[in-house]
Amino acid sequence: MTTEQKLKAKDFATDQDVRWCPGCGDYSILKQVQSVMAELDLNRDEVVVVSGIGCSSRFPYYMNTYGMHSIHGRAPAVVTGLKIANPDLHVWMVTGDGDGLSIGGNHLLHILRRNVDVNVLLFNNEIYGLTKGQYSPTSEQNKKTKSTPFGSLDYPLNPLAFAMGASATFIARSMDRDVKHLKAMLHRSEAHRGTSMLEIYQNCNIFNDGAFFSFTEKASKPETAIFLEQDQPLIFGIDNTKGIRLDGYKPQVVDLEKDGFSKDDLWIHDESDIFKAQMLTRFFDDPSNDEGTYFPRPFGVIYQVDRPCYEDQLHAQVAEAKTKSKMNGLDDLLQGTSTWVVE
Amino acid sequence: MSDSIQIKEEVTIKFAGDSGDGMQFMGNLFTENTALKGNDLATFPDYPAEIRAPIGTMAGVSGFQLHFGSKQIFTPGDQVDVLVAMNAAALKANLNSLRNAGTVIVNQDGFDSKNLRLAKYEKGSNPIEDDTLEGYEVFKIQLTKLTRECLKESSLSMKEKDRCKNMFVLGFLLWRYTRNLESILTFLKNKFAQKPEVLAANIATLKAGYHYGETTETFTTTYEIKKATLPPGRYRNIMGNHALALGLITASQKSGRPLFYGSYPITPASDILHHLSRHKDFNVKTFQAEDEIAAATSAIGAAYGGDLAITGTSGPGLALKGEAIGLAMMLEIPMVILNIQRGGPSTGLPTKTEQADLLMAMYGRNGECPMPIISASTPTDAFDVAFEACRIAMEHMTPVLLLSDGYIANGAAPWLIPKADDIEAIEVKFAEPREEDDPAFLPYKRNEKLVRQWALPGTKGLAHRIGGLEKEANTGDVSYDPANHEYMIKIRAAKVDKIAESIPAQKIEMGEEGGDLLILGWGSTYGVIQSVVSEMLGEGASVAHAHIRYIHPFPKNLDKIVKGFKRIVIPEINNGQLVKLIREKYLIEAIPYNKIQGVPITHGELKDFVSQVMEIPST
Ligand SMILES: Cc1ncc(C[n+]2csc(CCOP(=O)(O)OP(=O)(O)O)c2C)c(N)n1
Ligand code: SF4
Ligand SMILES: [Mg+2]
Repeated sequence: MTTEQKLKAKDFATDQDVRWCPGCGDYSILKQVQSVMAELDLNRDEVVVVSGIGCSSRFPYYMNTYGMHSIHGRAPAVVTGLKIANPDLHVWMVTGDGDGLSIGGNHLLHILRRNVDVNVLLFNNEIYGLTKGQYSPTSEQNKKTKSTPFGSLDYPLNPLAFAMGASATFIARSMDRDVKHLKAMLHRSEAHRGTSMLEIYQNCNIFNDGAFFSFTEKASKPETAIFLEQDQPLIFGIDNTKGIRLDGYKPQVVDLEKDGFSKDDLWIHDESDIFKAQMLTRFFDDPSNDEGTYFPRPFGVIYQVDRPCYEDQLHAQVAEAKTKSKMNGLDDLLQGTSTWVVE
Repeated sequence: MSDSIQIKEEVTIKFAGDSGDGMQFMGNLFTENTALKGNDLATFPDYPAEIRAPIGTMAGVSGFQLHFGSKQIFTPGDQVDVLVAMNAAALKANLNSLRNAGTVIVNQDGFDSKNLRLAKYEKGSNPIEDDTLEGYEVFKIQLTKLTRECLKESSLSMKEKDRCKNMFVLGFLLWRYTRNLESILTFLKNKFAQKPEVLAANIATLKAGYHYGETTETFTTTYEIKKATLPPGRYRNIMGNHALALGLITASQKSGRPLFYGSYPITPASDILHHLSRHKDFNVKTFQAEDEIAAATSAIGAAYGGDLAITGTSGPGLALKGEAIGLAMMLEIPMVILNIQRGGPSTGLPTKTEQADLLMAMYGRNGECPMPIISASTPTDAFDVAFEACRIAMEHMTPVLLLSDGYIANGAAPWLIPKADDIEAIEVKFAEPREEDDPAFLPYKRNEKLVRQWALPGTKGLAHRIGGLEKEANTGDVSYDPANHEYMIKIRAAKVDKIAESIPAQKIEMGEEGGDLLILGWGSTYGVIQSVVSEMLGEGASVAHAHIRYIHPFPKNLDKIVKGFKRIVIPEINNGQLVKLIREKYLIEAIPYNKIQGVPITHGELKDFVSQVMEIPST
């Protein structure tokens, strides 16, 4: 029946001027989200993009879908209410490292454990962009910013380990600069039913330029980043000559050419293995700070499991209560069990 | 056997005991039975904030006061006719509220040396042995002993047996007030259906108490309070929070919008969550959020999605919801925020009542953020007000703040049950789907009431963005234009002001419009004002009572009403909040009467104050 034209990426763009700084990583993410929505053939009337506050949270204004730019940190609660009201909507939530992990950390924790069917895009730039450059919960220690002229003291938060602790059902990581990978991860996020937690390394070229360059730039990327694929061995390195094996329960970086191990000895990635996923989220070393003993940073889907969604269960309870109800309409409810009549 | 039945017009009983003695349970059961008898009534539960306050101490005393009669009952009563004291601390804490020559029923076993010490009676003295209770009618019952005796065959533990002693007193009182046991038996059978041993023990003690009155020679008189003359119809006894929950469900049913309730537990609002969570069969979706901010923002999401969205809390929670309420106001989506007030600031007096948050409701948000405020005045009024709040929210696309308080929430009264068919439907119209070639959708275009359309995600052709940033008129696009901001601030305020055109006129509850003195109230002071005004009218005074339900915007004729009296007294359980609004709005001299003790204003207190005011010569 559909005589309508298939929507293209540009059909998901609005007429509003995009106001991010030139060169900001947010542009790339916006573009990929728009093209993935087109590829998924989503009906824009059924898509809602909800955000909190921050540079990244301006996102909904640029999406020609339904959208809400809510208040700082609270988007997880907004989308929970929205999905409870209408479970059929495709809801995407955009948050920042400050929005989602500082002021809204509590709400993010709870949406993850409740497993509301929402795609969470966490734009991690390790800085507060909108408020002009204070350190964030994901900033490295000793970071000198406007609010920390002597260096920050707070130990950085590991967002995906946090998500794991909150019993998230989908945990993945990508980056603004790897368009192909980012698109693949967006597809995977939408395919997962439940809260999809996708952390995206995003460059803030104004206040934290290059925060992720060691993972995103050609020269260093092969040595510092590892791209996970289901059922494939954990391999990385310039010529794919490094791998990760498990020595008992301890992960170990091995050189396939020198250490006497073959591909068959390596750790095979299994998204459904919660214990391996815990370890992968703990691959959180800073490659620049080490003498080469670091684990590469994992990108891709680290963990995925199916678990009933909160809103589905709630609606099932409502449906069951309706079938089991002994009440015959509102009058029964208003009357209750003991009444008397005044003549 | 009793020798005589004495007819009484009204009685006030206070049940007092340890928080573990089941005083609230017993009080509620006796109240329910009283209601079924056809009496008018008002109740006042008063319990400590701690779940298990130290046993036997004054801090641990839990009380339940019930005033019932064959005449109209306005308040739970200033002084009590009958005090039931389960231990020494309960007696000590409540003796001052017993009227002269009143009756005391004590559990003699609650006055051993340990109880007396914990209640801080002087060593060697015992109020039920010395002359402390001289002038009162005193009945000493060995409750613990008699209860254990009655249950000696039961397999329950001693502790469980002792817990039944409230049933003994209940049975005794039912006999004394010539009641039958039926409603209580039915209730117990339901409650303890899964615990036959406990059920048997409760029934046995209840009956033992009843027969104790009948067979013991000491009690020569029983009392009867005839049916009150209430308007005809079917009644039930109901507590404020319950009535409020039913009002919300009714609004949901009458608007066809599923009910969403987002809340974080807090006294005294939690019971609304409890009530609503039981009624999923009425399309009610309850969401216990991680905090009040999530409770409010989840309601915003639900409202955007098309549900009738409610979020409920008490003072500290309202403080947390402030920013979210501002967002709802800015988005112009329907939502109802319940604030069941308690003593503040901070954690304040969680289990005590206070009209604490009127000014926070009015002004407690950043920016120019006016919103409708509506307040409940009695437990049964909570039903109507809840319905009305939902109607205003959906018809005017605005968050609405509903104020109730602990006294209304936990108080009970007979309720003339409305018929579902008699309740007018709430018309909800969503923005219509739109085709590609239709004119552009303008989410912030307004109708003659200045109300925008409710446009649900999922509707064809209406994709649009809303948010907390200032919006351009009509399009809703983000706008930093200075003139637009001022325009939008004013139009949002005007939209709320316009609600005054569709709410009922302010009425005079009692007395004539115009005269010497108006007692102007809001919220839970309703009963005490009625009681004082009715008495003073009987004495020939020129007084009247008006009670404000619609606090923002005020009804249009309130201006004329307040200017028609020589003096206005505003009694409040706070340090003077409505009085500020009235003075500011109407530039009149209003006289505050304030009590901030966590308990309601009594009839005597208010009458004394008003009488003094009436005596001041007018200039
Ligand atoms: C309640 C509240 N507190 C503070 C702010 C100010 N504020 C806006 S965005 C922001 C931090 C944003 O950082 P992040 O979430 O990392 O987003 P980014 O700008 O980096 O994309 C802060 C502190 C606010 N808008 N609301
Ligand atoms: S401040 Fe940083 S994050 Fe914000 S728009 Fe500019 S570059 Fe992007
Ligand atoms: Mg950031």
